Amino acid sequence: MAKTLFDKIWDRHVVRELPDGTSLIYIDRHLVHEVTSPQAFEGLRLTGRKVRHPELTFSTMDHNVPTDDTRLTIKDPISKAQVEALETNCKENGIHLYGIGDDHQGIVHVIGPEMGITVPGLTLVCGDSHTSTHGAFGTLAFGIGTSEVEHVLATQTLRQKKPKTFKVEYTGKLSPHVHSKDMVLKLIGIIGTAGATGSVFEFCGEAVEALSMEARMTICNMAIEGGAKAGLIAPDQTTIDYVLAEDRPFVPKGEELEKAIEEWKKLPSDPDAKFDRTLVIDASKIAPQVSWGTSPGMVIDVDLPVPGLDDVPGYSAGDVQKALDYMGLEAGQALADCKLDTVFIGSCTNSRIEDLRRAAKVLDGKKKADHIKLLVVPGSQQVRKQAEAEGLDKIFTAAGAEWRWAGCSMCLAMNPDKLAPQERCASTSNRNFEGRQGAGGRTHLVSPEMAAAAAVAGHFVDIRTWNGGN
Amino acid sequence: MEAFTTHRGILAPLDRANVDTDQIIPKQFLKSIARTGFGPSAFFDWRYVLNGDVNPDFELNAPRYEKRSLLVTRNNFGCGSSREHAVWALAQDGYKVIIAPYRGEGDDYIPGFADIFKNNCSKNGVVTIELSEAEVETIFKAVYGEEGLEATVDLENQKLTLHGESEVTFDFEYDPSVKNKLLKGLDDIEESLLYLDDIKEFETKHATWIHQ
Repeated sequence: MAKTLFDKIWDRHVVRELPDGTSLIYIDRHLVHEVTSPQAFEGLRLTGRKVRHPELTFSTMDHNVPTDDTRLTIKDPISKAQVEALETNCKENGIHLYGIGDDHQGIVHVIGPEMGITVPGLTLVCGDSHTSTHGAFGTLAFGIGTSEVEHVLATQTLRQKKPKTFKVEYTGKLSPHVHSKDMVLKLIGIIGTAGATGSVFEFCGEAVEALSMEARMTICNMAIEGGAKAGLIAPDQTTIDYVLAEDRPFVPKGEELEKAIEEWKKLPSDPDAKFDRTLVIDASKIAPQVSWGTSPGMVIDVDLPVPGLDDVPGYSAGDVQKALDYMGLEAGQALADCKLDTVFIGSCTNSRIEDLRRAAKVLDGKKKADHIKLLVVPGSQQVRKQAEAEGLDKIFTAAGAEWRWAGCSMCLAMNPDKLAPQERCASTSNRNFEGRQGAGGRTHLVSPEMAAAAAVAGHFVDIRTWNGGN
Repeated sequence: MEAFTTHRGILAPLDRANVDTDQIIPKQFLKSIARTGFGPSAFFDWRYVLNGDVNPDFELNAPRYEKRSLLVTRNNFGCGSSREHAVWALAQDGYKVIIAPYRGEGDDYIPGFADIFKNNCSKNGVVTIELSEAEVETIFKAVYGEEGLEATVDLENQKLTLHGESEVTFDFEYDPSVKNKLLKGLDDIEESLLYLDDIKEFETKHATWIHQ
């Protein structure tokens, strides 16, 4: 029978079908960070269980860490205790840790691919919903809660019900200045934040094949914002070139690598494979996207007015009103009329080197608007190093930006980077929930290029027709 | 995990769709390394005003819901972040049952609960019941119409009964594997370790494609 990419990965990992209708699935990689793991390690301690495969478990600190020069000495005692707990837990259990001050520290979903921890055909989990990022490699990657983190630590497996498959085909070519961030925001605008619940996306089509690995990661990163369990993209030559490039210490070597590549090449969905659901989107018609509300599904083309109460499919008039009130917007208003306070370029969605290059290209030789606070936070210390080697940091600081160390930063504002109540932010992150970037803060999700242009203009502009602020 | 068989308690309403886990428990409380102490922070940004006082406009703060243990809400409850702290916060704030509506069918289907949240509930003995929109509407009306309205959940028989002036009973679907686990209060890890030999056998022939 013809199989999808998802079926092939799933079948390769079933340890056994269980009598209760679930499957016991083997987990190849377990990524761990400071926030969702301490209670899991404590659970092991209480039950006297051991980490089954420390060598398949990788850990870093990202959510909590300051990204300014104070990063090595966390002032917040509760954050500090959490970071120290991870250090102790990793040491006691022999787990790889890229802690604060380490050259490879960074956002867990940035360092996984960077270090070759993520390769095609795996199952990969992490106590973090944006684990879907790693699906860009054709690896089944999904977020889990802390009880499941403990389950994976103890057994290297999970009990799972087989999800459904949802193919999203992007036909045609993207217009200039339109990026994978816009592709995924557009999709969520169509299906809503629950539209893919219980499913695994497979993103495919001409526009997806044309994307770099980093751009693919941006799409898969936000699969969860459409409610999906995971997002997948079939591995191809772009994937293999990425995996083989530079120094990725955990990528298999020699004969093992050759054997692995043979297997990876068999992963793409068979031509006649059936999906439970299919959606086709014409990529050539996608405009730069800006979210206007408090859910990633509340998103519009940059040149459209803020919608009215009855104009948002999937949301009740009451919910739209609540979102407009929270965001301080009125139906019919142009997004260009919203004065911004902060621009945040970073997060596991858009903090990789290509994202920074795109933002730098827009900012090169320009200054941010006076009233804007501009924060550029690389996804990993390696991304930071690379950006500095290319002189991007000079462009950012000359434009008036704060150039930071690696971490999640203002995406979820667990560290000191946060919005004040009613501050309005153009953000390259993934969630515009109420209070996400700080209690009362107002988040608009955009691509790095749109964010950089908004920093110069002081408000949103249509990057396709913007004159560069001249 | 504590077993769940039946539960009777007061119902409270939260009339919002797409309530995300950032709302259920904001990030500042995720710094804790403990599994307890989250209850008073559930719905923090709605529950309290900026100076820390209780927000009188938040519907769950009404005195009539003070002793509630069942919550009725709208679809896609618990979307967003995978933080299990959201379930810990609700459970520790006294919620044993959450009821939300599914909507539509086929490609238009919108579930009552987001996947990871629902799964996290199942690990903490919190029962998530999905009913049709019309049924949930009936429950909202009943809750608003009668102070102190109680309901009983019978998980074994998959029945939810409202004890209003006239009793109304709803049948609900429940994933048999989750139901069995909740009824017996089973520990997932213990159950999975029963298959340790299968795991070991699997590991002898499975390539994890890693360079050590």
